[in-house]
Amino acid sequence: MKRAKRKNIIILGIIGVLISLLWIYPFYLVFINSIKTKGEIFRNTLNWPEDLTLENYPKAFTELDFVQSFSNSVFITVISILVLVFCSSMAAYALSRNKSKLSSVIYFSLAISMLIPFQSIMIPLISIFGKVDMLNRTGLIIMYLGLGSAMAIFLYYGALRGISTSLDEAAIIDGANRFQIFRYIIFPMLKPTTVTVIVLNAIWFWNDYLLPSLVINKEGMYTIPLKTFYFFGEYSKQWHLALAALIIAIIPIIIVYMFLQKYIIKGISDGATK
Amino acid sequence: MFFVLVLPLLIGIYYSFTKYNGFTVEGFVRFENYKNLISDTQFLNSLWFTTKFSVVSIILINVIGLALALLVTQKFGKLSTVFRTIFFMPNLIGGIILGFIWQFIFLKAFEGIATLTGLDFFSGWLSTPETGFWGLVILFTWQMSGYIMVIYISFLNNIPEELMEAASIDGANSWQKFWKVKFPMIAPAFTVSLFLTLSNAFKIYDQNMALTNGGPFSQTEMTAMNIYNTAFKVQDMGYAQAKAIIFLIIIALISIIQLYITRRRETDL
Repeated sequence: MKRAKRKNIIILGIIGVLISLLWIYPFYLVFINSIKTKGEIFRNTLNWPEDLTLENYPKAFTELDFVQSFSNSVFITVISILVLVFCSSMAAYALSRNKSKLSSVIYFSLAISMLIPFQSIMIPLISIFGKVDMLNRTGLIIMYLGLGSAMAIFLYYGALRGISTSLDEAAIIDGANRFQIFRYIIFPMLKPTTVTVIVLNAIWFWNDYLLPSLVINKEGMYTIPLKTFYFFGEYSKQWHLALAALIIAIIPIIIVYMFLQKYIIKGISDGATK
Repeated sequence: MFFVLVLPLLIGIYYSFTKYNGFTVEGFVRFENYKNLISDTQFLNSLWFTTKFSVVSIILINVIGLALALLVTQKFGKLSTVFRTIFFMPNLIGGIILGFIWQFIFLKAFEGIATLTGLDFFSGWLSTPETGFWGLVILFTWQMSGYIMVIYISFLNNIPEELMEAASIDGANSWQKFWKVKFPMIAPAFTVSLFLTLSNAFKIYDQNMALTNGGPFSQTEMTAMNIYNTAFKVQDMGYAQAKAIIFLIIIALISIIQLYITRRRETDL
């Protein structure tokens, strides 16, 4: 019995390894072709390069304007996340501690608003922001706040329901004001939710293409997805450069993932079980 | 929230009854935009294509995601973490980049396999609507399965150890343990996973654009892309907005029905 079980585990383990290899095979293929010459990609797509070259990388790196687009992406993502976490956690706190008719109406409309697809507000959104001259980074960050806050408030609100109000009351007796209570007692207790909110939205903001392409479509402001898209359009027949660009665009994500994967996966699964 | 969601939505409903080119509203046309939709074959095709795509990929993603979750939760020790890390990885990368990666795989690597093996199956991918369709399905399944796997894992890990032991003592084999114990216990995971895959599949845009860009001849153009093109390429914003409102209604209806059905089934189990 024990022996049979061991054998099963080994067989399953081998299956797991095979599937994993299949799973990363696309990345592998892109990588090995990114270190081939233009001609070799056409002759020999599947095998390890015959004459290995690293020349594609510096070219792709400069053409991608990597330093610029990377810092643009970091800027947009970090600021949007900070604003989102700050506003939505406070809003959820206010909602959860004011038990009125209005707060349940707000809560219900938040749930409904998560069903709205972006396409159905895209046109008016762009025309409104265009009219007040806000088709720039500030505008983009405000849009992310508006679009992301429904789910963030929803998650925070769920977590806050589990935190007893007797804590607030004790702190008020000790002479703390509302903001201090939130800052020093409540917010630290919301840490797991904050991780979820950061992870879900960071993946979205970092990779978003459509909204930035409509709002900050200007030279010098391109984020990595935007720049990759234009690069690809320009060099679509030059796979050697395009593939090197793809690898460069992926590397920051892989590095972050290696260091933070525990939090990322926990954030995702916490988000789903609530 | 008000300025980004509510106000645009209200204005959007107004636009959908007008002729609007992006700068000025040229007139109030009442239901004309909506009437035109009924005979717009390109739009109807995109809806049908999107529905087909969603159904097929939802099934595949959930089956594969659950299978991966069951595999990863076996007692492999460190190897389990490695598997989980790899399966989840495609989710972190954006649709644009994933679309380009697979464009390379389907166009070049598949061609390479075709010459190597002489199988016609692998040549000419993305050049027909069928291969475009399956290309999108493969890309999206590869991307989303890991995400859904993480959700199933968290529910599987919540099953009390004693329950599995009790089942073993009662002489249940692995197959029975899965269907009789695990399956009912993870029913809430289906609600979440179906909701997530459904809304993501219906709203897909980046992957569609980067992989096939609607080609050949707009036959793999999905609804989100059709709306975008009507708005920003044809510049017929009022009409695009009418499409967007219909799109909103469809998504909301399907999601509500799905939540209602799965929630009710959950309580039945």
